[in-house]
Amino acid sequence: MLAEYLPLLLLAVVAFAFVGLSVLVSARLGPNRPNPVKEAAYESGILTEDVDVRQSRFSVRFYLVAMLFIIFDVEAVFLYPWAVTLRSMGWYGMAVMGVFILLLFETYYYVLRRGGLDWD
Amino acid sequence: MDWIEFLLVVVRVLLAFVIWLLSTALLIWGERRLVAKMQVRHGPNRLGPFGVFQVLADGAKLFFKEDITPRGVDRAVYFAAPIVSAVVAFLTFAVIPFGGTFTFAGREMPLQVWDPEIGLLWFLAMSSIGVYGIALGGWASGSKYPLLGGIRSSAQLISYELSMGLSMAAVFIWNGTLQASEIVAAQSGTFWGAVPAWNILPMSPAFVLFHIAVVAEAQRPPFDLAEAEGELVGGFNTEYSGAKFAMFFLAEFMAVITMSAIIVTLFLGGPSGYSFGLEGNWLALLQFVYFVLKVLGFVFIFVWLRGSLPRLTYTRLMDLGWKVMLPIALVWVLLTGFVVTFQQVGTNQSFFTVVAVVAAATLTLMILAPFFRSREPAGDEGGGGGGTPVARPPAGGGGGRALVPATETSPVDVDGGRTTEREPETVGAPRSEL
Amino acid sequence: MTETVLFWIIAPLSLGTALSVVVLRNPVHAALMLVGNFFTIAVLYAVMEAQFLAVVQVIVYAGAIMVLFLFVIMLLGVERQLDFGERIRGQRAAAVFLGVVLLAALTVGVAGPYLGADSACPTTAEQQTEPAASPQACRGLAEANADGNVFGVGRLVFTDYVWPFEVTSVLLVIAALGAMVLGRRAEQDSDLVDVLRRERVPAGGVGDASYQAELQQSLEEDPR
Repeated sequence: MLAEYLPLLLLAVVAFAFVGLSVLVSARLGPNRPNPVKEAAYESGILTEDVDVRQSRFSVRFYLVAMLFIIFDVEAVFLYPWAVTLRSMGWYGMAVMGVFILLLFETYYYVLRRGGLDWD
Repeated sequence: MDWIEFLLVVVRVLLAFVIWLLSTALLIWGERRLVAKMQVRHGPNRLGPFGVFQVLADGAKLFFKEDITPRGVDRAVYFAAPIVSAVVAFLTFAVIPFGGTFTFAGREMPLQVWDPEIGLLWFLAMSSIGVYGIALGGWASGSKYPLLGGIRSSAQLISYELSMGLSMAAVFIWNGTLQASEIVAAQSGTFWGAVPAWNILPMSPAFVLFHIAVVAEAQRPPFDLAEAEGELVGGFNTEYSGAKFAMFFLAEFMAVITMSAIIVTLFLGGPSGYSFGLEGNWLALLQFVYFVLKVLGFVFIFVWLRGSLPRLTYTRLMDLGWKVMLPIALVWVLLTGFVVTFQQVGTNQSFFTVVAVVAAATLTLMILAPFFRSREPAGDEGGGGGGTPVARPPAGGGGGRALVPATETSPVDVDGGRTTEREPETVGAPRSEL
Repeated sequence: MTETVLFWIIAPLSLGTALSVVVLRNPVHAALMLVGNFFTIAVLYAVMEAQFLAVVQVIVYAGAIMVLFLFVIMLLGVERQLDFGERIRGQRAAAVFLGVVLLAALTVGVAGPYLGADSACPTTAEQQTEPAASPQACRGLAEANADGNVFGVGRLVFTDYVWPFEVTSVLLVIAALGAMVLGRRAEQDSDLVDVLRRERVPAGGVGDASYQAELQQSLEEDPR
């Protein structure tokens, strides 16, 4: 029942307390002598205009990776209950997952050949 | 639940917390000593016996550093990112059994914070949350280098999470459970009466895959592109200083311990071992010792890798994860399922068996065939012109082998290697101050 | 008891995070609120003893899908001036109307069967001796989780719901196709479009309408 989660809750409380206190306390402990150069973004020692880099764009590769990650992650998620139930299902279970994985392998191969996994 | 039981819960939670925190501190010191030995230098040796108190000094220094918040940051996210990283690192080890079961006043206290049915999926969930700490830390800094480092390493993390999750799935299929205590229990016997029945033997390809994935997941050399000092000025945490930096650092090193512990749980029987006729609390203590020794072995491998391997290029890193490890992991999962079903059902269902064997054979051939075909140099759309050289196909399951081949287009990145080891003294010095 | 208390703590949090997803102007902050929302929902699952669902909620939604969202937001560059005006006339009214319709459909179609007296779990002794016969009758957590929550989920997915499960796989194939089409790079040799038509990339880039039409034709001729 819910009492099962008690240790996890305790651990979370301890962890949050430790991390939060460390960050908050040390912010008070250290010196505080701000100056414009110190607060500038790190640019290999070259002073540059403050440009908001968060507006810069990224290679579409990262988006592809995230998309493919979702696809295979969803697949993996189905594997976990299958791992537990496989022994009670026999060949039927094997066939069900076989079809599923086969389709995914097809996907994988398609993406591979289309160069979706190439980084250059 | 009475108060004694509650007290035991509190004790084991605090015990786990302290053990992990202390061992992380010891790891930071031990790694510097070990890497120093491998590189024929001394390492920290001044403070305390063998310099062990150097960690405390570094920690204290970090805490008294000025906490700089650069101008361009997104304050809320900038503040939250290191906290997310560190808390996730602390929560991850909740499901690992790190010793036997003690008995106090007729009540049992297993050395494991939490033993849920979903077991090691908790570890997967936490490592998928850990991505946020890095991606957000890089994004919130409002600076080029952290942004690049953050987005690269989050892409790395999710790529290797796949092979990690799949090789774990193979173990789950083999043991038929997700629960950590049951996985450990399933490995308690022996093969042929002598060899311990650890999963590392029947599941050796999964072990190799999982180990590689875990090194990448912990952002350790040779996969530490997140803080590739040579190219990214330290990666996602460049703009962090003081205790916030310390939290990222803590999370990174605690991950080494936790990952080693997960490997031990999945593949080396967790805290189990020869009992020497001991019983009760002594046995539980002995199992704790076994666990520590096994984990130390893997921690040593982590350090060893750092001491000896040059960093991969990003291209090669992604190729290894997606083109080598992912297909092997998928095939291995399928194979494991097949073997388990065969063991379970046997050949009794004769019709089904024939169908299944034929289907499995066809399936395997269909999966493997394309990889052999794509080797032809005059390939159609794949190999034409200046296309990227496709990674070597998996030769017999040795996932680590794919690290080796180097092509003329992308040589192994030697100059970024760990041979130029980050000097211990710069640990606390935020680079933004330089 | 504990469940009720937890529900009243988590539900407002869930609602609050969901609202801030819509209200916050910074897309990254909104995305993070959505992550928070997924967490509260995971906790609600855990409270209802659907442990597997809770952890999958974290792994898939918080861990994978939101990472994609974040990547896309970062990819496009946030904090640009967004056009909040209506693109299509009557867009907002239609959105409100369709939202209400969706809510009604979900209430009637999904929750409806479980709102009747039959589906309520028996509380009194006489109700327990006489279980309701309807298919929505309360089975009880004990029965559903008898062999473990993960096993229960697995048994249902791979037997009663095996068809949706296999269809999911097809859905994933389509998702990969979509990702490849959207994410392809024009200059790349491995991209079949340009292997076929490399010499004729128009000034307008691959987005050029005439080029697209030509492409479509060439794809039909040679579906390689």
